[in-house]
Amino acid sequence: MAKVLMKGCEAIGEAAVRAGCRNFFGYPITPQTEVPEYLAKRFPEVGGEFVQAESEVAAINMLYGGAGVGKRVLTTSSSPGISLMAEGLSYIAACELPIVLVNIVRAGPGLGGILPAQSDYHQATRGIGHGDFKLIVLAPSSVQEAVDLIYMAFDLADKWRNPVMVMGDGMIGQMMEPVDFPEMVNVSKLPKKEWAADGARGRGPNIINSLFLNEVALNDHNFRLKAKYDRIEAEERRHETWGTDGDMDVLVVAYGTMARIVKTGLTEFREAGGRAGLFRPISLWPFPHRELGAVARKAKRVLAVEMSTGQILDDVRLSVGLNKKVDFFGKTGGMVPTPDDVLEQLRALTAKKPAKKPAKKKGRSK
Amino acid sequence: MEKVFEYPESLTRNQTHYCPGCTHGVIHRLVAESLDELGLRERAVAVAPVGCAVLAYNYFNCDCFEAAHGRAPAVATGAKRCRPDLIVYTYQGDGDLASIGTAEIVHAANRGERITVIFVNNAIYGMTGGQMAPTTMPGQVTSTSPFGRNTEQAGFPMRVAELLATLRGKAFIARVAVHTPMQVVRAKAAVRRAFELQAKNECFTFVELLSTCPTNWGMTPNEATDWLETNMMPYYKLGVFKDPDDFVPYSVTGG
Repeated sequence: MAKVLMKGCEAIGEAAVRAGCRNFFGYPITPQTEVPEYLAKRFPEVGGEFVQAESEVAAINMLYGGAGVGKRVLTTSSSPGISLMAEGLSYIAACELPIVLVNIVRAGPGLGGILPAQSDYHQATRGIGHGDFKLIVLAPSSVQEAVDLIYMAFDLADKWRNPVMVMGDGMIGQMMEPVDFPEMVNVSKLPKKEWAADGARGRGPNIINSLFLNEVALNDHNFRLKAKYDRIEAEERRHETWGTDGDMDVLVVAYGTMARIVKTGLTEFREAGGRAGLFRPISLWPFPHRELGAVARKAKRVLAVEMSTGQILDDVRLSVGLNKKVDFFGKTGGMVPTPDDVLEQLRALTAKKPAKKPAKKKGRSK
Repeated sequence: MEKVFEYPESLTRNQTHYCPGCTHGVIHRLVAESLDELGLRERAVAVAPVGCAVLAYNYFNCDCFEAAHGRAPAVATGAKRCRPDLIVYTYQGDGDLASIGTAEIVHAANRGERITVIFVNNAIYGMTGGQMAPTTMPGQVTSTSPFGRNTEQAGFPMRVAELLATLRGKAFIARVAVHTPMQVVRAKAAVRRAFELQAKNECFTFVELLSTCPTNWGMTPNEATDWLETNMMPYYKLGVFKDPDDFVPYSVTGG
């Protein structure tokens, strides 16, 4: 199939259709509403159904029901809506149901704004709801990658019986780029889900449940889940490096669309003889800690750039250790760091420092 | 000899945890008998609530979900929309359905989800130990209304069947009781009709069952039965509030 020019949100919807999703439950919220709008039109062509839920609380519980009867289900939302889904996600993870959700992140906290941000990093990677659980979190940096990751997310969700979040920002959702779509999955050929509560025909009842009143049983359940998360951590770390072959003065860490902006700044810096590269985590959980740690050994210092006040820093510091100098540059509220901002940061970090501190000026300068 | 009475196949042989005199056991049985008689057990998916019936999945011998508090109608919506051939029912108490889950039940009803809702109204929170519910009677003493429900402060008991019956769509909405043999027979007919309608994917179906809670009402089972009849039945009128046979199709002029 030839490339088509498509808006990110619509491409996400089409990728879900290709991946065999036939049921979407969601609630309108800017800047992701084009996904439900696209699927409301597209689903009837493939025998799917779009349901507009009364709230994000209801939407995530509809996914719980849909995944529980064995179907590939999707919801998309944006930050405040994702907060409302925290409860349902905890149940879904506890019951090990495969679902895919998309967070087109907007600026917070509170009602915040509707412009791009990356300030839901902690929420996404630290479990979101109550109890010990993890989401697999994937962060695309282009519309094409959003398509590829959505397609993969459904397989990962089924493979691990775990919720998978694809986290983009407003730019991914709203920009148009040429994309190639993968093959249409044959829904009838997907592996049968023996655990699904889809009618006890010729077998005993299947029960989708997260209540364990016995503390030993719940303890066992939690450590069984932990063992699964450990396997996911071992097998599903994804990242990309750029310009990190030689020694570097600065290694920049950024994900999503921010990483592309950083690349532009880095290109100009490197063309002027600067030594710097990019590490882009694609899976935010599991975070590629080891991979970042290894690359960072070739760099004098690390600069994390994020549309937040520094949420990714925890994972960066865990990766590179306390002895490595780590700096942060970010903007929030829908302000997006520009390539020039990145360039300026790189120049400042690599500027030759004067041997002596200049004497303090008395009074105000200028 | 013909067998005229037996243990329903749609119930497991597990002993329930319900208190002596509680009517959950009767209601479970009515649901199970209906599924058996209509041959629906192997297609049935129950959605249990949070509340006294939280362990209902141990008692219904069919596939089950345990939902978050109040969210059962949303879970049922997801299951039914993904698999319209299944028979999906929720089993919810009054704290679950009429308080924390009001949005979910109202919108599931308004969308006309082809599910069955078994709504057990005993005018109190049972599982958490006898707190005031939206359905608690005026003046009724509970652990969080120690001086009796004050309607000035807590409003009046919510009549969910009547509330849902105001919605425009096609639906079966009934209120029944299970505290006397005669009422049990009527209740069974309503529960059975709800599942019959769902088997035809006809409309949203909702049966509210007035229920006793001797433990949290602080009464003997017999006193509880009398209290239900004297206090609840005059306020919560029994009957069919809406039936799909009476549905009038929408027209621009007729509304």
